[in-house]
Amino acid sequence: MSTLPSAERSVNKMSFRAFLDSHLEQEMLRFTTAGSVDDGKSTLIGRLLHDTKSVYEDQLASIRASRVNRSGGAVDLSLLTDGLKAEREQGITIDVAYRYFSTAKRKFIIADTPGHEQYTRNMATGASTADVAIVLIDAKAFQRAGELLPQSRRHTYIASLLRIPHVVAAINKMDLVDYSAEIFEKVSAEFAALAKRLGLKSVEVIPVSALAGDNVVEHSTNMGWYTGPTLLEYLETVPLTIRETADGPLRFPVQLVVRPDAEFRGFAGRVERGEVRPGMRVKALPSGRVTTVKSIITYDGELSVASFPLSVTLELEDEIDLSRGEMLIGENQNAPRVSSAFRAMVVWMHEQPLIAGQTYLAKHTTRTVRATVRKILYGVDIQSAEQRESSRLQMNDIAEVEFDTSLPLFFDAYATNREMGALILIEPVTNATVGAAMIIDAVEPLRRETEAGKGAAFVWLRDRPAEAAAFRDALQARGRAAVIVDDALIPEVALAGVVRALQLAEVSAISARAALSDSTIEAVRKAAGDSYFESFVDASRWMDASSNAEEMP
Amino acid sequence: MLTDRATGEGIAKLHQKRLNHLEALEAESLYILREAVAEFARPVMLYSIGKDSSVMLRLAQKAFYPGKIPFPLLHVDTSYKFPEMISFRDNYAKEIGAELIVHRNEAAIADGASPWKLGTQNCCGALKTRSLLDALEEGGFDAAFGGARRDEEKSRAKERVYSFRDAAGQWDPKNQRPELWSLYNSRLRKGESIRVFPLSNWTELDVWLYLYAEQIPIVPLYYAEDRLAVIRGGMITLVHEGMHLLPGEKPELMKVRMRSLGCAPCTGAIRSEAETLPEIIEELIGFRRSEREGRAIDHDEEGSMELKKREGYF
Repeated sequence: MSTLPSAERSVNKMSFRAFLDSHLEQEMLRFTTAGSVDDGKSTLIGRLLHDTKSVYEDQLASIRASRVNRSGGAVDLSLLTDGLKAEREQGITIDVAYRYFSTAKRKFIIADTPGHEQYTRNMATGASTADVAIVLIDAKAFQRAGELLPQSRRHTYIASLLRIPHVVAAINKMDLVDYSAEIFEKVSAEFAALAKRLGLKSVEVIPVSALAGDNVVEHSTNMGWYTGPTLLEYLETVPLTIRETADGPLRFPVQLVVRPDAEFRGFAGRVERGEVRPGMRVKALPSGRVTTVKSIITYDGELSVASFPLSVTLELEDEIDLSRGEMLIGENQNAPRVSSAFRAMVVWMHEQPLIAGQTYLAKHTTRTVRATVRKILYGVDIQSAEQRESSRLQMNDIAEVEFDTSLPLFFDAYATNREMGALILIEPVTNATVGAAMIIDAVEPLRRETEAGKGAAFVWLRDRPAEAAAFRDALQARGRAAVIVDDALIPEVALAGVVRALQLAEVSAISARAALSDSTIEAVRKAAGDSYFESFVDASRWMDASSNAEEMP
Repeated sequence: MLTDRATGEGIAKLHQKRLNHLEALEAESLYILREAVAEFARPVMLYSIGKDSSVMLRLAQKAFYPGKIPFPLLHVDTSYKFPEMISFRDNYAKEIGAELIVHRNEAAIADGASPWKLGTQNCCGALKTRSLLDALEEGGFDAAFGGARRDEEKSRAKERVYSFRDAAGQWDPKNQRPELWSLYNSRLRKGESIRVFPLSNWTELDVWLYLYAEQIPIVPLYYAEDRLAVIRGGMITLVHEGMHLLPGEKPELMKVRMRSLGCAPCTGAIRSEAETLPEIIEELIGFRRSEREGRAIDHDEEGSMELKKREGYF
């Protein structure tokens, strides 16, 4: 494979118009680097930037002139990525920094994350948007210890926890172990075993020397035994996950309603999963109402299809009630889980610990709800990835936690789709972002006091069992209890009594019975009072009016 | 979505599942703009008239189409801006139907604030930083969109997309909110605000490529032309109104252009032959110097950008 690492070199080979065209066709890849300071992470990034000619002369001049040189090389490339004053003084990176470079094939965004133990939260942050994780492993330290260092295990575990699609181990400092194939084989075998245990699906191992430049951008002449790609070649060719996200059922969380005049009403949002096309039948959550996509509007014209991560505006055939925090899904596709209770892996990011009984705000897609910690199931030892007892989460702890929410969320498991399974936790008084959570699955919800006082209805949808089921689902999606009372064991004479009993328990009763006698109707009307409905539209209006009583936070 | 002006074909249509990097960046920026408008009570867009602002403005038009841009534009006018910038600003805002607020620190201007009298740091402090904070407070804005990019300068590499500012408008680099996935925390207490940077992940080259692909108008100062200038402190300074020539300085015609736009006395031009966008891009590819190098303020003191940011400047 031939590489044209720098834009500068490319331009010499091509006409300028061809260069422009190729730049307009570049894909974008995000990767994160996990490694401790002594693994040579900053030097590796400096090397990538330097060898792809992404460093400006004035920046290079300033690091050449710098009083600091910790590298042992002629120029300390790690200085290229040391940002803030405080860390320049301390010699460590204390926060996620983003770097950019591009080659003829791709534009790259690096989330450069510090690897110290106390900074798990930063690694999780960088990992959350990455397509690829580079885990740096120090070959010399491996040789000394005879095994992978705990920090390397930790970095690999976090990459697996955040479900970064591809993980590449860069076995660094090969120059310090005489470019030994034997040591590389040993590290590779241990890393492969670890990756297998953590369930990583796409794994690569590359021997490099960031300091000397071997196999980072240029092929090494010191390791003839290695025939695989350089790190840059790997980054330029690894498949992008964006293409895979277009498969699967549609998820379109509504960001805001665009209403420039009385004529037009559009729903702006990002397609998080699947595809949307004009003419497609879609269902609104939580209302359960079904309609058809009329058009996909953009400033540049209407589209015939849109998929992740496009931001578009959808116009629908019918006027349905839909707003921010709600979602459109494909009518005949797999639905997301709709639940007000779930369990999730949590990375805690704040000095104030997480304990059972605490309530936070949870922001999931465009929906923000209150989330109360039901219990901590177990903590995770991030060195060994094993479970342990845990009653509270300190900063940088990881645990599986069960939550109850004030309103249902519409989600997929994080393992299935990152956007649909991720949420952040916010402390409601200080407004600090205190945690990140990755949903595993729904759990059985608790009955909560907040459901009380909204009333229960009797809805008779004569001979329309499908509508009856849809209405029950819509109520349940809003966290409200509802049952269909067409059970053969409920004779018509008992119906009014059943409706009354359910109403006292705040449970709506729905029927699709073909006929009811006048006396039954009268009795049921008496039992249900104002909340007696015979049409879906009237019942929906009641549902909206009584559900909106509880504002979203 | 980009349209190839030559063939009229939508680029997105050519490869529905293969987004190019500009489309990916655009999609992310639209998402950020909409998130902020949905969650903040009173957002405003800081409009600097520069190329990044021009891109941000086009993205705002796209994000809320077919609606209008749902927030005003705010320009902090130091009184030292190039006249070409001011006329471009007024015409363009009118053309796209945007609401424009111009704010000047009139007290400091009347007091004769200038880089010669106060030094660049203090002059910026009075005419830009102070003025900006006053304008935000007067307008009651809880969120301000800015065109800053993380690739511009080292201290910006760690900036969040949502950058939290305390009630005094200050930025604390050690106490930033973690930002995961694309879930932005917009919660504020009274007096606090957030700077929102929709172009965080764009590079200088991305900006130019987008201006080209979208045919977005920019201030003519970006294009090379014969202009009257002097070389002062190693910087090519355009001759401008109110300028005091130093002994020995003789204005000459030079073919130059601006790589980034700021105040006339403190922003250097570069020698260039680039008269069109493709020529600028071609020149940029050959550049081995970062764009902020032409700004006097960044060189005053090591880490000076970080100091300015802590005080509330972008």
